[in-house]
Amino acid sequence: MLYVAIATRAFRRYSTYRAATLAGVFTNSVFGVIYSFAYLALWDANPTAGGYDKVDAVTYVWLGQALLMTVALWGGGTTDDLAERIRSGDVAIDLYRPVGVIQWYLAADLGRAAYHLLTRGLAPTVVGAVLFQIAMPDSPAAALGFLVSVPLAVVVSFGLRFLVASTAFWLLDATGARTLSGALAIFFSGMALPLVLFPGWLGILAESLPWSAMIQVPNDIWLGRHTGVDLLGALAFQAGWAVVLLAACWLVLARATRKVVVQGG
Amino acid sequence: MADLATLVRPWHPLARYGEIARLWIRAEISYPASFAMLVVGSMLINALDFVGIAIMFSSIDQLGGFELREIALLYGATGIGIGVADTLIGSVERIGEYVRTGRLDQMLTKPVPLLVQVCSDRFTLRRLGRITQATVVLVWALPVVDWTPSRVGMALVMVLSSSALFFGLFVLFSCIQFWTTDANEFANAFTYGGNTLTQYPLTIFPRELAIALTVVLPIAFVNWYPCLYLLGRPDPFGLPEWLQFCSPLAAAVVVTAALLVWRTGVRHYTSTGS
Repeated sequence: MLYVAIATRAFRRYSTYRAATLAGVFTNSVFGVIYSFAYLALWDANPTAGGYDKVDAVTYVWLGQALLMTVALWGGGTTDDLAERIRSGDVAIDLYRPVGVIQWYLAADLGRAAYHLLTRGLAPTVVGAVLFQIAMPDSPAAALGFLVSVPLAVVVSFGLRFLVASTAFWLLDATGARTLSGALAIFFSGMALPLVLFPGWLGILAESLPWSAMIQVPNDIWLGRHTGVDLLGALAFQAGWAVVLLAACWLVLARATRKVVVQGG
Repeated sequence: MADLATLVRPWHPLARYGEIARLWIRAEISYPASFAMLVVGSMLINALDFVGIAIMFSSIDQLGGFELREIALLYGATGIGIGVADTLIGSVERIGEYVRTGRLDQMLTKPVPLLVQVCSDRFTLRRLGRITQATVVLVWALPVVDWTPSRVGMALVMVLSSSALFFGLFVLFSCIQFWTTDANEFANAFTYGGNTLTQYPLTIFPRELAIALTVVLPIAFVNWYPCLYLLGRPDPFGLPEWLQFCSPLAAAVVVTAALLVWRTGVRHYTSTGS
């Protein structure tokens, strides 16, 4: 119940910035239009590239725009607050709360993600559906799978962002690590270009790294490219990375806590 | 004595800009590990950005009738343009934050032009990464052009106009934050969006959009028209050829509009009182 309360308040906190949300929806839509035309030209030149057709490719673009803020691909979300609180020392307050630091920030981040999915996710998708032809999931399993896949994508992303924010315990300033991690996330999640277009070993590598769980996997589930056992496998892939990353967060936090010195007075 | 003062005056804002920028560079390198990662990270973002386009060409030979090196030419030109603008004045994006926190009030009391203060604030060397990467891509694309003296001239004009156009776009659309302080992302659609859009040949877009990007919001002048001249291509949309020489004019119009809107924004500004 406590975590639901944290998540609800995070949801409300983000929902106060209405103009920011509107501006963001507009920006997502502009990028969606640009990439849609780019992909249409690409699939004009090669109609079966990566096993997608034109409608799949355009759907992929708009799903990517919908997930971009939801999974906080560039960084951001509650982990940015954490990094700032480590730098300022306020993290000491987080550490003596009777709630685990990871659970606290994860619950808040899920609340934020829900808000971003409903606004910055849904609104540009509607714009995309009006301007272009977008594929809907063609089976209940694909739709349901997508609904399970998105929260898993958020947890994987949270795990990575939490680790990045934790570097502030040692470096004080986490913006460097954040930029580096954002660059990798954009490229290896399939945001810059669907991973199905990556040739040879690069494609295999990209599809097995945790970042692919943030965009490529949910999108492929929506597009019905994972069915039956394969669908469960895709979800297990996401869940597996989520568990590994959260365990890493826990280890890092345990080490960092021993390092924190709280100034009295 | 008075004559000397008037002679020095035009350089005064630029000198102040340099001084403030130097302070921020010193602050930036005081967290060396983080700074190193920032530089590597931003170089990586830019490098991977073009790698993405190059990977596209593992499944295709041409995009919108343009081959990879021709697209690299477009990419390099727009990349240098936004890189220069972003390095020099990218901080103008944060104008809404200055209004919200009241820092704009402090700035208004100081004897340095407001635009200079806002633009030099949080100056960061990391943005040089984009210029470097775009230059590398542009140099790689150079063999695709059949060089003549007039084309060399056009290439230089293109890089200057492209920087000026992005300068204008950054200032113009950041001014919206004088009215709605938390809508800073709106400008991204035009600055970074304009950059992304001009990485592709305009032929991938519908004709109406290409015309709108010429007449309404002249983003096509960043690289499209000069590149048509460099490549010796006829206009694919059948638009007049003299447009290929109009990039400086488009840049002048956008920069003038931006400075006018900036003045209006500053006049409209009333302190938050906090």
